[in-house]
Parts: sequence; C-alpha cells; structure tokens
Amino acid sequence: MATASDVTVAVLPARRHGGWAAILRRAASLPRGRVGLGLLGLVVAVAVVGPFVAPHSATASIVAPFAGPSRQAILGGDVLGRDVLSRVLDGGWVLLAMAAAATALGVALGTASGIAAGYLQGRPDGIIMRTVDVLLAFPQLVFALLLVSILGPTVWLTVLAVGLSHAPQVARVMRSATLDVSERDFVKATELLGVKRRRIMTEEILPNLVSPLMVEIGLRLTYSIVIIAGLSFLGFGQPPPAPNWGIMINENRQGLVLNPWAVVVPAILIALLTIGASTFTDAVARVTIGIDREAETGAVLAPAAGEEP
Amino acid sequence: MSLNTALASDVAPPRPRATAPHPVTRLIVQRVALGVVTLWVVSVIIFAATVALPGNAATAILGHSATPAQLHALEAQLHLNRPVFDQYGSWIGGILTGHPGKSLANGMPVWSIVGPAVLNSAVLVAVSGIIASIVGVTLGVVAAVRKDSLFDHASSVLALAVTSLPEFVVAITLIILFATVVWHVLPAVSLLAPGTHAWASPRELILPVATLVIVTVPYITRMTRAAMVEALASDYVEMARLKGLPTRRILVVHALPNAVAPVVQVLGLTFLYLAGGIVVVEYVFAFPGIGESLVNAVTNRDVPVIQMIVLLLAGFYVLVNIIADVVALLATPRRRLPR
Repeated sequence: MATASDVTVAVLPARRHGGWAAILRRAASLPRGRVGLGLLGLVVAVAVVGPFVAPHSATASIVAPFAGPSRQAILGGDVLGRDVLSRVLDGGWVLLAMAAAATALGVALGTASGIAAGYLQGRPDGIIMRTVDVLLAFPQLVFALLLVSILGPTVWLTVLAVGLSHAPQVARVMRSATLDVSERDFVKATELLGVKRRRIMTEEILPNLVSPLMVEIGLRLTYSIVIIAGLSFLGFGQPPPAPNWGIMINENRQGLVLNPWAVVVPAILIALLTIGASTFTDAVARVTIGIDREAETGAVLAPAAGEEP
Repeated sequence: MSLNTALASDVAPPRPRATAPHPVTRLIVQRVALGVVTLWVVSVIIFAATVALPGNAATAILGHSATPAQLHALEAQLHLNRPVFDQYGSWIGGILTGHPGKSLANGMPVWSIVGPAVLNSAVLVAVSGIIASIVGVTLGVVAAVRKDSLFDHASSVLALAVTSLPEFVVAITLIILFATVVWHVLPAVSLLAPGTHAWASPRELILPVATLVIVTVPYITRMTRAAMVEALASDYVEMARLKGLPTRRILVVHALPNAVAPVVQVLGLTFLYLAGGIVVVEYVFAFPGIGESLVNAVTNRDVPVIQMIVLLLAGFYVLVNIIADVVALLATPRRRLPR
C-alpha cells in the first residue's frame, strides 16, 4: 500500500518553483526592480549608517529655533533648535524596524489563518472569514487608531496594532491562494498517504505559496511604512523627543517658511522609501505572474508581460 | 392597436412568471441584512475594545496618579460599575435613539462634536471622490485606447510612484508649493469659523481635495485602463471594428458599458479608501471633519467620541459596499434578469 502511494507522490511533483532567492534575483534584474532596490538601499543606508555619522546629538538644542542652514547645522535647526541633519540621520531606523516588525507580524498571522481557512474549509473557514469580513469594515488606519487608543501609543503596541490591522487583508489573499493549491494532485496524494493535516499545511501548501507570499510581504511593508509614518505624524508611536521622520514633518511644519529643510528632507526620505518599496514589489509581482504562467503553459514568457497586479 | 404590435405580442413568448423575487431586490435585501449584522458585530467589537477589555477605561483616562475617589466618580459617569451587557445595552440604545452620551474631554454631547464634523467630511469625501472618479476614468480610457503609447507608459510609472506616497507627504508638498514657501496663493490650513460649513468657503477646500484626488486618481486610472483594455480586446469590439464603425462609437457604445462593472467596484474601493484617507488629510489642514475629531479623541482617550466615529465609518463602509454591489449588478445585464 505504501509503495503505491510513494509512486504516486514521485510521479506528481510539487509546483515548487525557484523559491525566494530566484524570484528576488529575477525581480532585481527588471529595470523597475533595479530602481526600487536602489531607492530602498539608499534610504535604508541613511537609516542604518546615519546614527553612527550624525554630527550632533538628536535631542540637544544647538541653534535658534528654525535657524536656516549654517556651518554648524548644515540643514538648519528644527522647532527647538536641534540639528535637523542629525535628527534626520537618527530618525529612520526605528521607523524601519517598526515597519518590518509590523509586516512580519501581520503576514505571519494572516498567512496562518488564511491557509487554515482555505485548507480546513467548513467551520474554521466560516469563523475566520466572517471575522475577516467584520475587520475589513474599518479603514485600516482607523482600525490601527482604534487599537492604539486602547493599547496606548507606545512603540511596541503601535507595531502590534498595525500588524493586526494587516492580518485580515493578508488572510483573504492567502486563503484564495490556498484554495487553488489544495486542489492540486500533490496535496491529494499526500492526503492519501495519511499525512497529518498540520504537516500538509506547513510542508506542502506553505512552500507552494511563495509567489503570493512575497507579493503580500512587499505590499504590507509598503503599507506599514505609510501607516506607521502616518501614525507618527499624527503623534502616536514614538514619544515626542524621539527623532522620527513622521514626527519631524509634523513638529516642524509651523516653521516651513523659516527653515523648509526640517520638513522637506524627512518628507523626501519617506517618499523615496515608499516609492522604492512599491516599485520593487511591482517587479516581484510581475516576475511571479511570469513564473506562474510558465508553470501552467510550459512556455517561457517575458516577466514584464504581466498586467497590473 | 395596430396590426404590427398585435402580431408582435402574439409571437412574443409568454413572460415567465416571476415566482422568486427580482434578483436586484433579492440582492439588496441580502446585502442590507448582511450589512446590519456586520454593523452589529462591529458595534460589539468597538464596545468591547474601548470599554470592557483594557483593565478599565477610567484608569486609562485618568492615569495611575488618580485618587480612588476620582476613579469612582468617573466609573459611575461611564456606568463602569454596571454589568457589561447592561453597559452595552445603554450605549447602543443611546446611539440608536440619537443620544450617544457626552464627551469625556469637555462634557459636550457627542453629537454636537461629531454632527457638524460629519457634514464637513461628507463634503470633502464627495467632492474629492467625484473629481477623482471623473479624472481617473477619463485618463484610464485614454491610456487604454492609446495602449503602449508614451502617455500609457508615463502614466503607469507615475501611478506606481504616486499611489504609494503617504497622504501627508502629498499634503505637505502641496502646502510647500502653493501655501508657503514657493507660492503663497492658497490657505495652508482650512480654519473654518465655527458654525460655518465646508461648502461655504471653497478656497479652504482646494488643497485637501487636491491631496485626496492626487492619491486616488492613479489607482482609478490603472484599473479603468485594465478593464477597458480587456473590453477592447473582445470579440464584439473586433466585430464592430470589422463592420467599420467609427472609433468613438465603438468606444462609447460597445466597450465602455462592458467596463462599467469593474470600474464601479474600483470607484467603490476609492470611496472606502477616502473614508480612511480623510483622517490624516483633515489633520494636516486642520479641516474640521470627523478625521480630525477622531485624532483629537484618540489623543484625549475620549472613548464615547471614538466609538461614535468608528461606528459611523464602519457604517459608511457597509453602505458603500452595498451600493457598489448593486450598481455592479445593474451594469451586468445577464445577471439582472429574473431566472
């Protein structure tokens, strides 16, 4: 009996393709992938290297409030006379770390519940998807704000709030991808072997969801940056003295006429970051559409042939 | 009765007797029922989240330095000393009868804070949504007709860049360009005199509306383009072309009606997006709408106002989804006939 099933499994290979590294490599070879990666790399470099090369303390007042650029402060002073350049250099890494953590949390939670709903069907599916429907009855930022108002505006609770607000959207996408994979022969074959359902979900289905998973990670990372920068801008997230690009734009906009750099530089960095993230995500989406078509038709299609994701 | 019509009525097959309700009616009834259930669950979640869950709302509001007497007084004011079901009942009852309680921040009735704000936000969302829809659909059709032209590629790249920008970055850019540093032709903040409404001072609306239009148009354009490209590639458009019909007629009579359903879904999503987008945009421009009220309420942990606004936004979501579904159904002839 076991031999017959083994043969079946051997004859029906899984739809596994390339994997993470191959998709990333192909995405990075597209022109827009290169642009996206370049922008992301630039901003991440500023955020990571910045704290080590900042000329002044990010919280010390060294010039007059909203003083223009001078030799002492190249980008001028902010609302409290702190060095704008040092705050810009110091204000990125927390934002990036928060966005990455919220993305990881939201994608993990959404993927787990999406796969469970799509594969187990029946009652678990009903419960999960009705919950998702209800949670999608709020704008995502409002959902995050509601959670922040309960949990309190601290860094980790903001990450938790934003991560939770991603989960329903991810769950919906992963569920429909799971429905598609569950119908494939290799899953049916593994079921016939009597493999536990939990193992089928983690070892057969999850590895075949690499394409939608990577697109979701990219999308959610972009939205995490937008929402967390937005929450910081609104005054929730890091507490005030912290140098954070979102907070900087808000606290310095009253001095826009005196020293625009205190607003313009963090705004440009946030813009480059989100544009980079979404452009690279678009490249990944095009590559995965191309790969999936190859897998289905056997024909080699140019990765750029995909429509809008 | 002329001979022709008599003949026609003789020849026409008898109309099938509609035993089931008309599909459109059935869909509306179904969706409204589902919407009511969703809203009810949402109300339970909002209530549970802001009142029942986190230790106690009174401690959250007053902080840890509050005296037991102060805590007790606030708990009584919030009815926290009563059973949870009782609390939910009086809260939802108050909202349904139009008395959603008093603000914790300043003691004013919640509705006197939220009511005028709703009107202002509605104006903002409606004006932005309508302008964005017209501009977005027009650009999308043009991009589809001139597929692979310079315009198509440029709009694709621009859309990718602009869609991902946070609203406040777009808003700040507009303020820098038009209200402070570069030119100073428009007000940077929409400070409306108390008691006046948004539509009374259109100048104050320009920048908030422009921000929302800029962040929503790219998405509408790309989705309209995709729907139109598909419609233009269909057999019936090919047929119309072979018959030698003029391009404009093909576009308006043959292609566009078949792209309506997906486009309506996109416009629905846009209005849903606007409901969240106004929060940041209103805050940037100090526009007195529910977005700004929500931010203030979250800052002050003003629980009754948060509950009211979140419930209103959820209601708007449910309503827009129903409208989008019904319009999409009406736009798909084969689905609206009784079966």
